[in-house]
Amino acid sequence: MPRFLTLIRIDEKNAPAEGPSPELQERMGALFEEITKAGVMLDTAGLTPTSEGTRVTWAGGKISCTDGPFTESKEVIGGYSIIQAKDKAEALEWTKRFLRTHEEYWTITAEVREIAEG
Amino acid sequence: MAVTAGSTAETVEAVFRIESARITAGVARIVRDVGIAEELAQDALVAALEQWPESGVPEKPGAWLMATARHRAIDLVRRRETYARKLAEVGRSLEDVPPPGPEDLGDPDDIDDDLLRLIFTACHPVLSREARAALTLRLLGGLTTDEIARAFLVSEPAVAQRVVRAKRTLAKAGVPFEVPGGADREARLSSVLEVIYLVFNEGYAATAGDDLCRPGLCEDALRLARVLANLMPGEPEVHGLLALLEFQASRIAARTGPGGEPVLLADQDRSRWNRMLILRGAEALLRAGRGPYSVQAAIAACHARAVRYEDTDWAAIAALYGRLLELTPSPVVELNRAVAVSMAEGPEAGLRLVDALAAEPVLRGYHLLPSVRGDLLARVGRDEEARAEFRRAASLTRNARERELLLARAAPSPSGPAPEG
Repeated sequence: MPRFLTLIRIDEKNAPAEGPSPELQERMGALFEEITKAGVMLDTAGLTPTSEGTRVTWAGGKISCTDGPFTESKEVIGGYSIIQAKDKAEALEWTKRFLRTHEEYWTITAEVREIAEG
Repeated sequence: MAVTAGSTAETVEAVFRIESARITAGVARIVRDVGIAEELAQDALVAALEQWPESGVPEKPGAWLMATARHRAIDLVRRRETYARKLAEVGRSLEDVPPPGPEDLGDPDDIDDDLLRLIFTACHPVLSREARAALTLRLLGGLTTDEIARAFLVSEPAVAQRVVRAKRTLAKAGVPFEVPGGADREARLSSVLEVIYLVFNEGYAATAGDDLCRPGLCEDALRLARVLANLMPGEPEVHGLLALLEFQASRIAARTGPGGEPVLLADQDRSRWNRMLILRGAEALLRAGRGPYSVQAAIAACHARAVRYEDTDWAAIAALYGRLLELTPSPVVELNRAVAVSMAEGPEAGLRLVDALAAEPVLRGYHLLPSVRGDLLARVGRDEEARAEFRRAASLTRNARERELLLARAAPSPSGPAPEG
């Protein structure tokens, strides 16, 4: 049963400033409970804004650090989940359910990637 | 970048796999028969496969499937009622279950209790262990009979028949669709835990065949344990079993080498142990109790905590095996304790315990006895005797991979470590 890392990408500049509505938080909470009860959810969390993040780069044999916000990226990772599902189709179905908990004014891309085992 | 959306059929199947246990459980509450419930769930799937490609996938696909299956279940119950009434009119009585009243139809959103009832029904002691495992994997794990057959190395028709017979047995015995209470509850919970444990073990230490391990089966069992822990958060022994399986599963990748050969615990590359599963095991262990699964989980935790094999707290493990012996006395547990004692106090101490077990009839034919004894003999320098024991162990194991390893150790060469994976 493969594991999948889902990276939730949002456009920080155009995301609703007030963050998730209470109704959205409630719907999301109910869905996470359902995914957990199904024995599928292994871990999930939202991330603080990129203004609090730092990129550490190794290039040309040197370390360099860039503090956020990462304005040059249109979309940044706002959260992630790790689930264990029978196959990719099942992982995609859960992902769609997660996206559907959001109001229409959200634009989100969820990138579903299988975790290489071994 | 191509834009794809999985075919509707793929979506329908994924939705069904996610929902099938819940739908079967919700419908079983209405029809009081898990066999019929499963058929009705399948009917709903067929309806979705027919309708969704035309109408599009509904907003809430799970709810659609559930509603469809429940409607059919209620229709069926009504037809049964009508039939019973008509029969009664012509002057014959029918031994039939009383039709459910509206209060029995329950709240469609409150499916957890139904799921729990389904687990307890599938693991009912009226069924053989094999039947319980097959039915549980089928109804709750969402495995096809073909997948179950491959997992247990039996033919697909044999599994199909096992499942059909199990459903018939449950119906014939009039097993109520319920979670038992009172004095019965503990014994019935043990039966559920045992099924999950046996399924995991069948995957973890494949008793026969060419593969040392069938991880798919371990994952199916682990998922069932996770589901159960969420459904019964107040049961310490459920968390004990979950902790044990999370810890054991964390080592799966490291237990086989590149050629599929077994890698002993002492030789495993511990950087390949899955940290997330170890953490999940530790979390579950905090909520575990004092029963046999919880003690085994505590033993597994000792191994998981050791960053290097040399760091293993063998004295703690030996003490825990002592406690396990009090709970579930068995020669196999004694053998494991002997290994731990040999690591904590030296091979002679272990050998004394193992030699006391040599006459144990239960262990006759159990390949790990000569394998452990061979190991201890090698550690005290009695090489010739050790090789004879390894040869005997190789002749007893049914697992091809294990046999190769044992034969290698039976050949004159420096000896390796303890036989625990």
